[in-house]
Amino acid sequence: MIRLWFKSGTPWVWLNAAAVSACLIMVVGVLGLILVRGAGHFWPSQVVQFSYQEKDGEIQTIIGEHVDTSITPAAMAKSTGYTMADDEDTLVQYLIKTGNRDITGTDFRWILERNVKQQQFPDELMVVERREWGNFYGRLVAVKENGKAIAEGAQAWPVVQARLDEALTVFKKIAHLEKKEVGAINYSLEQLRLEQKKLQLENLWDTAAEQRIAAEKADLEAEYKKYQTQLSELYQQIKRDSLVAKTESGSEVEIPLNKVVRVFQPNTMSLFDKIVHYGVKLVEFLTDEPREANTEGGIFPAIFGTVMMVLMMSIIVTPFGVIAAVYLREYAKQGFITRLIRISVNNLAGVPSIVYGVFGLGFFVYILGGNIDQLFFPEAAPAPVYGTPGLLWASITLALLTLPVVIVSTEEGLARIPSSMREGSLALGATKLETLWLTVLPMASPAMMTGLILAVARAAGEVAPLMLVGVVKMAPTLPLDGNYPFLHLDRKFMHLGFHIYDVGFQSPNVEAARPLVYATALLLVLVIVGLNLTAIIIRNNLREKYRELEG
Amino acid sequence: MTAQEVRTHTIDMSSVLRDQKKTDEPNETCIKVENLNLFYGEKQALHNINMEMLKKKVTAYIGPSGCGKSTLLRCINRMNDLVDSAKIDGKIVLDNENIYDKAVNVAALRRRVGMVFQKPNPFPKSIFENVAYGLRIQGINDKRILEETVENALRGSALWDEMKDRLNDNALGISGGQQQRLVIARAIAIEPEVLLLDEPASALDPISTLKIEELINELKEKYTIVIVTHNMQQAARVSDYTAFMYMGELIEMGTTSELFTNPRKKQTEDYITGRYG
Repeated sequence: MIRLWFKSGTPWVWLNAAAVSACLIMVVGVLGLILVRGAGHFWPSQVVQFSYQEKDGEIQTIIGEHVDTSITPAAMAKSTGYTMADDEDTLVQYLIKTGNRDITGTDFRWILERNVKQQQFPDELMVVERREWGNFYGRLVAVKENGKAIAEGAQAWPVVQARLDEALTVFKKIAHLEKKEVGAINYSLEQLRLEQKKLQLENLWDTAAEQRIAAEKADLEAEYKKYQTQLSELYQQIKRDSLVAKTESGSEVEIPLNKVVRVFQPNTMSLFDKIVHYGVKLVEFLTDEPREANTEGGIFPAIFGTVMMVLMMSIIVTPFGVIAAVYLREYAKQGFITRLIRISVNNLAGVPSIVYGVFGLGFFVYILGGNIDQLFFPEAAPAPVYGTPGLLWASITLALLTLPVVIVSTEEGLARIPSSMREGSLALGATKLETLWLTVLPMASPAMMTGLILAVARAAGEVAPLMLVGVVKMAPTLPLDGNYPFLHLDRKFMHLGFHIYDVGFQSPNVEAARPLVYATALLLVLVIVGLNLTAIIIRNNLREKYRELEG
Repeated sequence: MTAQEVRTHTIDMSSVLRDQKKTDEPNETCIKVENLNLFYGEKQALHNINMEMLKKKVTAYIGPSGCGKSTLLRCINRMNDLVDSAKIDGKIVLDNENIYDKAVNVAALRRRVGMVFQKPNPFPKSIFENVAYGLRIQGINDKRILEETVENALRGSALWDEMKDRLNDNALGISGGQQQRLVIARAIAIEPEVLLLDEPASALDPISTLKIEELINELKEKYTIVIVTHNMQQAARVSDYTAFMYMGELIEMGTTSELFTNPRKKQTEDYITGRYG
């Protein structure tokens, strides 16, 4: 009976189906986990006020967000030193985000459920998102202008929101002035300094040059002065208002509004308000720069850096890979040497990526970059320009890393093209080059795109080599900006993969950063999916064009 | 294999030509094959071939599979250059010029000697671009000239009426027979002197085959045609001269009517009467 069943092949089919299901479950599980953990981070949770009995018996008020619950079996709790009553089977603990790191020193604490005497959700509890020290939880007392209270008690809430809106507008202006205008002036001043040094090195430094550069410098400085006065006015303006709030322990704290991102009272928010809040936070996450050692704010520079690097890598790897594959398949005499090259190329794909990182650092950054600096940027010394990790070297290193996939898939594409196509073209008097260019390569383009898709998928997720050749925790400027020459290949950049590692493992505030790790991971997956989808759509269009030949 | 072992078969072309002169106006030699030997690595595929093909006539190569008739055909436009292991010695003279001379530009030669293959091989481009391909690689991009040439070529291959409204359709979407005529149009668009047809109808249905054969009859007004076929009826229908090949050797060549009605060699007779294994 059993033998018959085995012979029928049914178990084999079941085994296959099981393997497929296991794969599906794993993929769905990974995506589901990061989706739930990551996407939930921006939802405003309720703020709870606990009456909590501390170890010494004293009753205290604790205000905060309930983040996590841990349930420990009684036996295990006993062995870790908790005294358990006989009728208790489990020890329930809550993780509360209490914020106020500037006052209490920590912003998370575990409390025991059995010691919670009372649990309330008072409407007036307020969350203040600050630019420093994390969230503040407490009650609004008053709003001050230049140190004098202008609204107190119940009237304070609408006033604080109006004043905060003003402060945020001013803050945006300041940020714009500092980043764009003053940043541009600084950049120009630096260029002038380099120009001066270059002229001096080349012995072309004469009075004419000196006067010209001095004049330009004076212009820039005058402009800078103008912005400086504007900025100091704005700083005065933003420092004017502050809010006074009472903490859980009853002490009053004054928070200047220039340090505040937003205030809200989650317990009074309707579902719609929460959705709006969620949307705003999500947009901020996608478009803003990180704050507080990357644990707050957005990750735009990392998204930008990742996409930028992948694009640069594609631009470098595609022509190289295609040209190499064309030579190997079309021109090289097939024999021992080409076999050897193919084997080497295939093996290159298996080299651990960190090895590429080491190679990139040693060869590209130090040797190539160092020589480029000596030859073309002597004026910048001792500061390196290309002799230091940066976008260009990271892209080239990843291009090298992904070269094998492009070569292999292009070669396969070329091999699949029927020889009748080549003969048809040659018989019409086309040379080999014309045949390649007009017939063979267009027909192999879907295969090239397949190679590129694989390359993008591998490159976008790569972190290890990037840490050596250009990715940093915090890049002050994007690699693309309004200052000539606009694309700054020498700059360091941020990357989503490294950001995950940095936030998750290098952060001073692990609890606060954990949801961000999931959110960033989710985003990284989405970015890769987006890049891949684009490539797949292009490939499918090409395939459609040549569909008869694929079948 | 040594030179002594290479058996030589010389066809007395003068007698063939003399026969022809009786019935026809004077003929000009277009292609002359002289002592042609071809080796694939160690294996000899063609043994000392000597033959002449006349201008604006249809010459058919017949013979069993693997006898070298396609190989010989592909020598005429140097398609065998693409095969790394192929070694050729001997001469093929086209208009008093040895095409295996070092100075010959192979691409230019192939423009003069067009070729159509066994399986239709249109490019995955529009019908128009397929026909215009040969012109474009010669650098002709003038829209008026292209349109005129494409129309003439399509008319020449009896496709114009079927295709004139769908010139921008993908050539892969038309039927096999149409594709084969499109490939012929593509070949005649660059106005070659010689047209080589390598079993042009073997992958087609009888009606398409008939159309191709009619087309060959029309095309010989303008072109010298060499056709490889293993369909003897087809050879008899379309060709003026027929060459019978066997095992890489040219056994017999003559006017088609004579070869089929009165073969001089036993092997030829066996083959055309179907007694060959």
